Amino acid sequence: MTTNNTAIQAEALTKRFGDFTAVDAISFEVKKGEIFGFLGANGAGKTTAMRMLCGLSIPTSGKASVAGFDVYKQTEQIKRSIGYMSQKFSLYEDLTVRENIRFYAGIYGKSDAFIKEKTAFLLRELHLEGEANKLVRSLPLGWKQKLAFSVAIFHEPEIVFLDEPTGGVDPVTRREFWNMIYKAAESGITIFVTTHYMDEAEYCNRVSIMVDGRIDALDTPAQLKKTFEARSMDEVFLKLARKAKRSGD
Amino acid sequence: MPAVIANNLTKQYGKKKDIVQALKGISFEVEQGELFGIIGPDGAGKTSLFRILTTLLLPDGGSASVDGLDVVKDFKAIRHRVGYMPGRFSLYQDLTIEENLEFFATIFNTTIKENYDLIKDIYQQIEPFKDRRAGKLSGGMKQKLALSCALIHKPSVLFLDEPTTGVDAVSRKEFWEMLRSLKKQGITILVSTPYMDEASLCDRVALMQNGEILSVDSPEGVIASFKQPLVAVKNDNMLQLLNDLQQFEGAQDAYPFGEYHHVVLKNGYTGPAVADYLRQHHYEHAAVQTIKADIEDCFIALMKSEKH
Repeated sequence: MTTNNTAIQAEALTKRFGDFTAVDAISFEVKKGEIFGFLGANGAGKTTAMRMLCGLSIPTSGKASVAGFDVYKQTEQIKRSIGYMSQKFSLYEDLTVRENIRFYAGIYGKSDAFIKEKTAFLLRELHLEGEANKLVRSLPLGWKQKLAFSVAIFHEPEIVFLDEPTGGVDPVTRREFWNMIYKAAESGITIFVTTHYMDEAEYCNRVSIMVDGRIDALDTPAQLKKTFEARSMDEVFLKLARKAKRSGD
Repeated sequence: MPAVIANNLTKQYGKKKDIVQALKGISFEVEQGELFGIIGPDGAGKTSLFRILTTLLLPDGGSASVDGLDVVKDFKAIRHRVGYMPGRFSLYQDLTIEENLEFFATIFNTTIKENYDLIKDIYQQIEPFKDRRAGKLSGGMKQKLALSCALIHKPSVLFLDEPTTGVDAVSRKEFWEMLRSLKKQGITILVSTPYMDEASLCDRVALMQNGEILSVDSPEGVIASFKQPLVAVKNDNMLQLLNDLQQFEGAQDAYPFGEYHHVVLKNGYTGPAVADYLRQHHYEHAAVQTIKADIEDCFIALMKSEKH
């Protein structure tokens, strides 16, 4: 059962589409405040698993709880307790920076006083005071991604799901982004993150690797390298993913 | 004659207040038969550059030629000679694999049979599914089909815009193996990517950022131009270690790099000085080693020197 120290717990969590088992009885636990890397080749089942954990897709079988809520019956409570950001969708390009913050905070039912105070703080923190009334479209990608992350944790969720948050981002901004992830984790927010950059797998406390719908490995990066006799996480990933029978997307 | 020449290309979008300078005077040459990488993050201008070179977009200023032909005046002739794989999958989803390939062959007045040799290694991997509609294919299969379609008219220059973006590490490796074998057939290949680690697989690379080229060289040349001493450091508490390394007076820059932190040292400082500093700060077991720069180290250094 979920203890106070657990952010996510999954037990034999399964999703089938007809004959196809997209997620095949995965079991794992993520602790509060942990940075958990969720890796896997295209088509391994990551997105389907994430959708179930975010309360967007009901599992076929198995059990899971997120922030203490059940993924079958309490999907609305889950949605209120999490933040979500992906590379593909995050902010409204035709709203200003301030309007985006206001919009997302409003969706999560935050009070005007809370929004006002925290918006000022956030803009200062991101050095975006001068850009507050500019359209998000006009911001460089790196700034957009940093803003999107801040917006995803604006309502102070227990867990934030990040789906390839740094895809295509320059190497300097990518590191600034990870700095923000560390800060959020230190403040107690649990981080659940997917990435195709294997150096970023090293920045996670623990990493799971999905192959053909199953979790084939789960450990700290250091221990995974030991277990698979690999020099880097890239090598660990290649060793596991090359076994995959099903292919892409 | 170089296969591609770009001479001071400029392009801007938007008007008045909202102007984006996508290309700020881009110049470079690609030799025939070269595998040339354009490496840079999103927004660097890679796609604008490719669209100008494939005659799909007019430059605002400067000039460019492909196969000796001008991209503005001779656009029709160029279109017969280049293959282009855009970043977004743009084949016909409701046609089958074979129908898509046939369609592209017909447009260029050729047949699958005529140029089968060129695409054989790639196409054979998806041929067993040739009656399947393109919309029903996995990401990896779509990529192979798109590449086959871009090659079916036997182009002399192939443009691949971010073919490996969002693709996992295994499929990325396979894709680059395909490119190496295409290169052997004499095709000039320009490929763009945001992944710095793919630079080492190219003959030469242009590092691009904010509409400008930071450097054009062989991967070895880019690395050799990194003159500062560089060390990799590792310890148990990496976050605290980074803070302490950034305080080190001999550090010009310090940033995370996979399981290590990289520290770019000011001239006159060396690895042992870093080890001494860490011992003074009670890191008994910190591992410090002097290393060669990676392309990503070079890119970071170039980005930061641009800002000054």
